[in-house]
Amino acid sequence: MKLVNRKRRTARRYFLDRLVRYSVYFLCGVAILPLFFIFGFIFSKGITILDWEFLTSLPKSIGESGGGVVNAITGSLYLVGIAASVAIPLGVAAGTYLSEYRGSKLANILGQAVDVLNGVPSIVIGLVVYELVVLPMGGFSAISGGIALGMIMIPVITRSTEETLKMLPKSLKEASLALGASYATTVLRVVLPAGLTGIITGILVSLARVAGETAPLLFTAFGNPFVNLDPLKPVSSLPALIFNYAVSPYEDWHRLAWGSACVLLLGILALNLFSRWLSRRYRWY
Amino acid sequence: MLATMEYKETEQATATSVKVHVEGLRFFYGASEALHGITLDIPEKQVTALIGPSGCGKSTFLRTLNRMNDLIENTRVEGLVEVLGDNIYAPGYDLAELRRRVGMVFQRSNPFPKTIFENIAYGPRIHGVRDRATLEEIVEKSLRNAALWDEVKDRMNQSALGLSGGQQQRLCIARALAVDPEVILMDEPASALDPRSTAAVEDLILELRNQYTIVIVTHNMQQASRVSDFTAFFYEGDLVELGKTPNLFTCPREKRTEDYITGRFG
Ligand SMILES: Nc1ncnc2c1ncn2[C@@H]1O[C@H](COP(=O)(O)OP(=O)(O)OP(=O)(O)O)[C@@H](O)[C@H]1O
Ligand SMILES: [Mg+2]
Repeated sequence: MKLVNRKRRTARRYFLDRLVRYSVYFLCGVAILPLFFIFGFIFSKGITILDWEFLTSLPKSIGESGGGVVNAITGSLYLVGIAASVAIPLGVAAGTYLSEYRGSKLANILGQAVDVLNGVPSIVIGLVVYELVVLPMGGFSAISGGIALGMIMIPVITRSTEETLKMLPKSLKEASLALGASYATTVLRVVLPAGLTGIITGILVSLARVAGETAPLLFTAFGNPFVNLDPLKPVSSLPALIFNYAVSPYEDWHRLAWGSACVLLLGILALNLFSRWLSRRYRWY
Repeated sequence: MLATMEYKETEQATATSVKVHVEGLRFFYGASEALHGITLDIPEKQVTALIGPSGCGKSTFLRTLNRMNDLIENTRVEGLVEVLGDNIYAPGYDLAELRRRVGMVFQRSNPFPKTIFENIAYGPRIHGVRDRATLEEIVEKSLRNAALWDEVKDRMNQSALGLSGGQQQRLCIARALAVDPEVILMDEPASALDPRSTAAVEDLILELRNQYTIVIVTHNMQQASRVSDFTAFFYEGDLVELGKTPNLFTCPREKRTEDYITGRFG
């Protein structure tokens, strides 16, 4: 009697175990389905478009077939470059401060501010930059677009820097101070280098995030049918080009939009994979 | 009091001079007093071991000697600590110079996540050595002094974190030696090591004793008797007894010392 009971219970447990396991598999599958869908769709539509001409020539005018999006590719790299040079120093400095002065009142306030900034919709950031940079400077420009993207990057870099530095053992700093190093020297020459991989990973992730931002660029960097490297002039970008061309009625422009989406996705994928590889390959602690 | 007096005798006997002079040292973590008026002298070019049960203030005392306790918030020091003749708690005292002259080795080896070479070169660099050849010379000399050169000379540009635990600890000792200190403080430098590495570190201490003034905290009584010339017994924030190591272990003056070294408590 008892034995039968136990057997039955065991069977029940097995059944429950399997039920839970398969439900989890199923839900995971559902969760990553959109990912496969997006990649499959974009690649099937876009990958055939990618060729040398597409990557190196300017869009043709309406009615002509062929052409490429070199203006948008260089523009995106340029904008992301400006954004990085704005956001990396500020973000790393803020993250270092948050980690070094954890628990202090100012650090708490700064941390809250960073979280709030992280939650501001990107279009609102674009609007603010439009008011504060575009209007005073009298026109759309690469620099204003870069600043808008930089403001989106700052909180991401700040938090990842902070998390990285917080993980470092305290004994590392002690070792440096005990040799007679000043506090500043210790941070610059021991703490930051020790956390470099993590910091770079965070930077790459933030770059991947802003590379696809569209909204704040529409009224800052605007767009440009030509390659432009003048920071004071408007500049094209992949997301903005996709937006403009996809809603146009021209088949050739749709083609350019799909190709651009493919380039953008590949770029972001590469950044993500590289940052993952980096953080695995060069992890000190 | 007794301890100091006995030490005074031995000082004359061995004709050594004093490197560290501590008088009435009290130390507070917030409101709680961890050291209740320590008075002792640490002789030059000798090994002084600090022993005592856990929590009696050995580490706290050690860290007052290079002011590492400054890093802990809400602490306070009273009394006099003279290192190499200067009151190190005097206002305006040069902390960087103090810590260059008084090196420290920690319980857990803590090499920088840099190459072996950079670990050793870091100290001289921050104290102004720029010349590559000089740096290489210092690095080699320090590693030789730490009995590590032969093991690492072919991998100077590899990460220090790839070394074994014992090698890492000797690297940390070499790193401390590289800034040419006069006093070396060691807080249980071998307690995280296996017996062989412990023996290597002990041998190293014996080799260094003629060139440096060494203060070592240890829980291991055999270790104290093997490596030290003098031993100080701490108990609940007080210095109970300080004497020549063989004397202290064979005929302690204080009952509490005897109880501790015979293993009756702690
Ligand atoms: N950061 C700190 N904050 C508050 N109290 C502390 C701190 N560090 C140590 N103490 C207290 O000071 C006293 C002495 O501690 P200390 O670490 O110097 O002892 P110890 O002799 O080195 O012990 P052990 O042999 O376990 O290392 C203990 O009561 C301890 O709880
Ligand atoms: Mg201790």
